[in-house]
Amino acid sequence: MISLPPLTSDINVNVNTSASKAASVRRPVEPVGRFFMHHAQRTLRNHTWSEFEKIQASQNVQRVDESVDPDEELLDDELADESLLEHDPRDWKTADLYAAMGLSKLRHKATDAQVIKAHRKQVLKHHPDKKSASGGLEQDGFFKIIQKAYETLTDPTKRKQYDSCDYNADVEPPKKGSKYDFFEAWGPVFEAESRFSKKQPVVLLGGPDASKADVEKFYNFWHRFDSWRTFEFADEEVPDDSSNRDHKRYIERKNKAARDKKKTADNARLAKLVERASNEDPRIKQFKEAEKKEKEKKKWEREAGARAEAEAKAKAEAEAKAKAEAEAAAAAGAKVDKKKAKEAAKAAKKKNKRAVRNAPKDADYFGDAEKAAAIDEQTGLIVDSVDDEQLVQLAEKVKADAKAGLAEFAKVLSDSGKLPASLLSYFL
Amino acid sequence: MSPIVGIAFGNTTSSIAYVNPKNDVDVIANPDGERTIPSVLSYVGDDEYHGGQALQQLVRNPKNTIINFRDFLGLPFSECDVSRCTAGAPAVEIDGKVGFIVSRGNGKEEKLTVDEVVSRHLNKLKLAAEDYIGQELSQTVISVPTNFTDAQKDALRAAAKKVGLEIIQLINEPSAALLAHTEAYPFEDDVNVVVADFGGVRSDAAVIAVRNGIYTLLATSHDNNLGGENLDAELVEFFAKDFEKKNKSNPRKNAKSMAKLRVNSEITKKTLSNVTTATISIDSLADGFDYHTSINRLRYELVANKVLSKFAQFIEAVITKAELDPLDIDAIVLCGGSSFTPKLSSNLEFLLPESVAVLGPQSKNASNNPNELLAYGAALQAQLLSNYDAEELAQALEPVVINTQHLKKAIGLVDAEGNFVPVLLPETSFPVKKDLTLKNVKGDVLVGVYEGDHHIKETVQEPAAKEESKAEDDDESDWSDEDDEPEVIREKHYTPGIKLMELGIKGAQGLQLSFNVNREGVLRVAARDLKSGNIVKGEL
Repeated sequence: MISLPPLTSDINVNVNTSASKAASVRRPVEPVGRFFMHHAQRTLRNHTWSEFEKIQASQNVQRVDESVDPDEELLDDELADESLLEHDPRDWKTADLYAAMGLSKLRHKATDAQVIKAHRKQVLKHHPDKKSASGGLEQDGFFKIIQKAYETLTDPTKRKQYDSCDYNADVEPPKKGSKYDFFEAWGPVFEAESRFSKKQPVVLLGGPDASKADVEKFYNFWHRFDSWRTFEFADEEVPDDSSNRDHKRYIERKNKAARDKKKTADNARLAKLVERASNEDPRIKQFKEAEKKEKEKKKWEREAGARAEAEAKAKAEAEAKAKAEAEAAAAAGAKVDKKKAKEAAKAAKKKNKRAVRNAPKDADYFGDAEKAAAIDEQTGLIVDSVDDEQLVQLAEKVKADAKAGLAEFAKVLSDSGKLPASLLSYFL
Repeated sequence: MSPIVGIAFGNTTSSIAYVNPKNDVDVIANPDGERTIPSVLSYVGDDEYHGGQALQQLVRNPKNTIINFRDFLGLPFSECDVSRCTAGAPAVEIDGKVGFIVSRGNGKEEKLTVDEVVSRHLNKLKLAAEDYIGQELSQTVISVPTNFTDAQKDALRAAAKKVGLEIIQLINEPSAALLAHTEAYPFEDDVNVVVADFGGVRSDAAVIAVRNGIYTLLATSHDNNLGGENLDAELVEFFAKDFEKKNKSNPRKNAKSMAKLRVNSEITKKTLSNVTTATISIDSLADGFDYHTSINRLRYELVANKVLSKFAQFIEAVITKAELDPLDIDAIVLCGGSSFTPKLSSNLEFLLPESVAVLGPQSKNASNNPNELLAYGAALQAQLLSNYDAEELAQALEPVVINTQHLKKAIGLVDAEGNFVPVLLPETSFPVKKDLTLKNVKGDVLVGVYEGDHHIKETVQEPAAKEESKAEDDDESDWSDEDDEPEVIREKHYTPGIKLMELGIKGAQGLQLSFNVNREGVLRVAARDLKSGNIVKGEL
């Protein structure tokens, strides 16, 4: 232990900033050992010391957690069925052996290692020596059952026979007529039955969203279910050595017949179970409905051609009719218009003629009042001789300058030979 | 997942080890029950022998027995010293590499390159391990000497790959040995260690600085002509002389006689490491004469003294090479089969100062099986690596991570007497953090942080005056000549050098000092009061 010198002057922190440490050397460290790996982690992830210590601490805690045997938690803490303590060891076959071993939660799923662990635990608790030491009665009935259970469960053949008759592990299908969720009720039933399958893995029920292929696969599997279930354990009489050979054979034959009967019954039970499930399966109903809809849709599509043709025809007809009506209306309109236009033209003509005729008079006969009769006569001739178009032009021109306009048209008429120039002497 | 095994692949012997599910390291025995498996392959007709069985063939069938091939791996023929194979199948040149030609019966000959031989050897080791564990193996960590070149490492990787073994990491032999040693007997403080590997045909030594569990190699040294075989040779020569004297027949003329003698001498040598007397008996050693004699350990040590002292000199040389003084060394870890020899340890103890602990099989603080240390260490590393994925490991082995800065001088405190107490020793790689708890500190104290220089102080102790007066009588002084030589006491001292910082603490009730050097070399010292939790910090 180092003893530090006493503080002589009032120093809090005094850093000799001018001091330069001896230059460092760059060398490779040996990449081995956990301290190196820690160093590498710190360097690569840029952890500070305190961060790194925290991470290490949390990892240590995890390691401690992991060291608890996970099997321990799966074993029963207390005896699942207290009545087993009173059970007659001679009738051990009727006792729940898994419950006696403290494996009531695991049952057929218990591994060999778990069976051994469970047995050890039960022996420590229920050994007759232990019981009598704690002042209990010297009753080793339950211990005998434990031993029998251990014997049965550690022998693979015997265990299969026991599992076959372990009705406690069965899950009953839902009662007919009661209301239940199909998947919640039937899932565990099939899961329990799956323990007897020779083929592994077993196809399980799945959820409501399963595809059609999956559902079909499931029912195919279960319709052809291959079970290893045997019923030796339920034999009513077991031939012992004392009985004679014939008697033994008789019993064996009887047992075999009983087993076969039970096996057939069991197969029938399962077949019925699967049948019922498939009848109740909402997915199958859904698929059927979907199929029906699909069919209808297909039919609809198949008839689409004919429908389109009919539609086109109706449309064409309607169009033709509409066209004819429109044409008729147009024709009638046109007739009225023509008449109106004619009348209008007539009126315009009349108006123009009058305007032209009156033009010389309005212009005071261009200062030649004495020739008024001749002018009127000649103007009348011009008006009567021009055609409709020229009349309009003449009316325009006359409006601007009556004499020039009339003279222009007198010239045009005389040139074209419609009127002899002699008749138009005033304007020419 | 199959476990990763650690393999120590030596010239003379190899070992395999793995960490079993109970978290103990198991050194795996081959089907013959050998935990150190001779690295020997022998061919008789169609049969292939490996390990101890092959070693026995060295007497009857030396031309087809391949020995001492490890060091030739990946080197051109011209660089190999093939003389070490004279006792077995002669090494020849095949495609510029070392190879061996063995006959496989019916006049057929098989040419084996050293790569092929290594592959077959590794395959045999792998099979033995698979037999033992009961699982297929695919990954391994192998220890190699520090002077293995990259080409040799690549050749080893390729040879291992050929038999379905992926080498996750090649680690240096001294590090593997040290790892194994510290696992069982951890060092309490930071130390400088010499790891000496005395093998069958070669010796290696490395000076390693252990700082916070991280190893830094300071110097390495190799001697390809020093090993257990030299000890055998001395014994063989001794027995041959004895035989010649007794029977007037020279066994040296006959190769088979020599092979027999060599094998039996080796057994005798090994026996002498455990007991003080051993016998050697060989039927029809030469010219039909049987040979039987017993030898005691003292005689053996005299016979082999020359070689044994070479081992000690070898260690001294490597310490000098690391520019250190024997006083700087805290321990020597012995590994390799030759380390069993008790005289080796006692020689080292005699030669080096008392402060140096010689951790050989005779020490209670070291493994009883120095020849298994390498495999043990490789297995520990293998288990460690099994927790990391390949990418993480590849990153960890980047030069950025491996090459780190090391302090040149010690950093420490000055205590009440003005002496320097090192906290961070020289050759400490940083970033580093070290905590120091001083519970007995009371009142106002000064924490002076200095850089320290160290030097060796030699004091000459004059012989006692009484003896001096006696020595005046020249007539009697002959026997006391040795005593008259002044004894030199060498001590290691630190003196405070440059002052780095001072922290003043008032009313302290026990202190926790934390020294922290970060990657940039910035030194931070923090003093925390254990009672009040007040912290005083300084940064340089």
